[in-house]
Amino acid sequence: MRTITVVGASIAGLSAARALRAQEFAGRIIVIGDETHEPYDRPPLSKGFLDGSASLDDITLSTPDDKLLDIDWRLGSKAAALDTSARAVVLETGERVVTDGVVLATGARAREMPGPAGVHTLRTLNDAIALKEALKQGGSLVVIGAGFIGAEVASTARQLGLDVTVVEALPTPMAGPLGTQMGQVCADLHRRNGVRLITGVPVAALLGDDRVRAVLLADGREIPADAVVVGIGAIPNVEWLRGSGLAIEGGVVTDARCVTTVPNVVAVGDCASAFNEHAGCVLRLEHWTSAVQQPKIAAAGLLGRTSVHAARFSVPYFWSDQYGSHLQFAGHRRDGDVAEIVEGSPDGPFAAVYRRDSRPVAVLAVDQPRVFGRWRRELASEGVLS
Amino acid sequence: MIPVCALGEIHPGEAVRLDGEPPISVFNANGELYAIDDTCTHQDASLADGWLEGCLIECPLHASCFDLRTGEPTGPPAKVGVRTHEVVVQDGHVYVVVAPVPAVT
Ligand SMILES: Cc1cc2nc3c(=O)[nH]c(=O)nc-3n(C[C@H](O)[C@H](O)[C@H](O)COP(=O)(O)OP(=O)(O)OC[C@H]3O[C@@H](n4cnc5c(N)ncnc54)[C@H](O)[C@@H]3O)c2cc1C
Ligand code: FES
Repeated sequence: MRTITVVGASIAGLSAARALRAQEFAGRIIVIGDETHEPYDRPPLSKGFLDGSASLDDITLSTPDDKLLDIDWRLGSKAAALDTSARAVVLETGERVVTDGVVLATGARAREMPGPAGVHTLRTLNDAIALKEALKQGGSLVVIGAGFIGAEVASTARQLGLDVTVVEALPTPMAGPLGTQMGQVCADLHRRNGVRLITGVPVAALLGDDRVRAVLLADGREIPADAVVVGIGAIPNVEWLRGSGLAIEGGVVTDARCVTTVPNVVAVGDCASAFNEHAGCVLRLEHWTSAVQQPKIAAAGLLGRTSVHAARFSVPYFWSDQYGSHLQFAGHRRDGDVAEIVEGSPDGPFAAVYRRDSRPVAVLAVDQPRVFGRWRRELASEGVLS
Repeated sequence: MIPVCALGEIHPGEAVRLDGEPPISVFNANGELYAIDDTCTHQDASLADGWLEGCLIECPLHASCFDLRTGEPTGPPAKVGVRTHEVVVQDGHVYVVVAPVPAVT
């Protein structure tokens, strides 16, 4: 293998380039990314970068050591196709980048809801700069979707003094990842911090001609808004791979080692639907930690080595910062799993363990990093679930 | 030299935190003692609450690993190292010699 091309220049792509060099790949590494910015960290976009406590410099991912990686950066270039028979990544300009191996790390993009000016989504640095500017104007903000990004934006906007309403179509926010019982605990976080939460009602329309002025709910209510943030999930950036022969189910399908159905092509991060040994099924995780860990496994796979990754790599993990609290979740919850508080109480710091037939399968903690860590370790040693 | 505790009080795989300003933690990595600044350079987590594996301590919040020998992070999101301090064991007691605060550049 002489040349490896990484497509996607964000946390998963950069982590792949670092992992290839750490695993002594001495050939050429090309990183293609359609954004023009140097790789930056997304989690602060809804937190510190949005509230002004973190600067662009703070969220830049590259370190001085990365200069030694000797990467051929192609920022501002979009990959348009993967020609697996001729082993080339075809750019939008028509240029063909011939390569021996490929790391797919194209991530995901925000799902949009069409509307007039003043309606935002939050995925990229440019989105965050625009939203930050809008929040500076103050007034009222309506957040559509009480998922993690919606909740974090609501929290930041509230902290900045805006009048915030969160609208969620489901009866309980975050019931998917956390279950209804713990989803309710998160709902209470909004209410306790002075954010209005409306659940169980879908949005019917975004009102306003030149600029958004209100959000119309399906039950006829109109919520006035100076700005709207749509946080209704993300779509994996995999359309460009159509016709490449890769299996795609949501994301690019891989085994537990990030290997796709096409030789010498691996996929990592938000664009990958990887077999997860902990959950015993294919999961497309949108977790920062997976985007850092999977590239280490993928690099080993591409270089024909067995990965020595720690058992805990297979336990999904994410965190979220809301209203000054650290939320942490590890494992994989399914309907029927029962959550039990093992430390603290839901109106303060706490930890809850989810069990399936008495066996721990997941843990959620709010401001309990130590207890959380102990359970996360326990989950990693539990092995494969079924 | 700041006294920490009796040698037997830091069990292998565990840490003892000194709540000074800034806090410092002493780790027992398979019998070797190491002292570093306790606060992660990324945000505000206490590294003593982290996951110790060999000579690496993983931050309990966002999982940056710091090498206890050098204080350097081995991966994101932290980009800056923590200070390391000398550990002295005398008559069954553990002490830390606090390193100078580096000049801000
Ligand atoms: C606002 C926000 C807050 C978040 N907070 C948290 C959090 O608190 N905790 C947590 O665990 N996770 C969080 N996440 C999720 C985390 O950031 C993602 O899981 C992570 O960014 C995934 O990394 P990635 O490299 O796989 O994909 P991405 O970061 O999406 O990067 C993919 C890159 O590929 C580029 N690309 C796409 N298509 C092409 C193409 N055809 N050619 C070239 N380039 C292309 C994209 O423009 C992008 O730059 C957050 C995400 C957002 C948006
Ligand atoms: S606080 Fe330690 S990695 Fe974020």
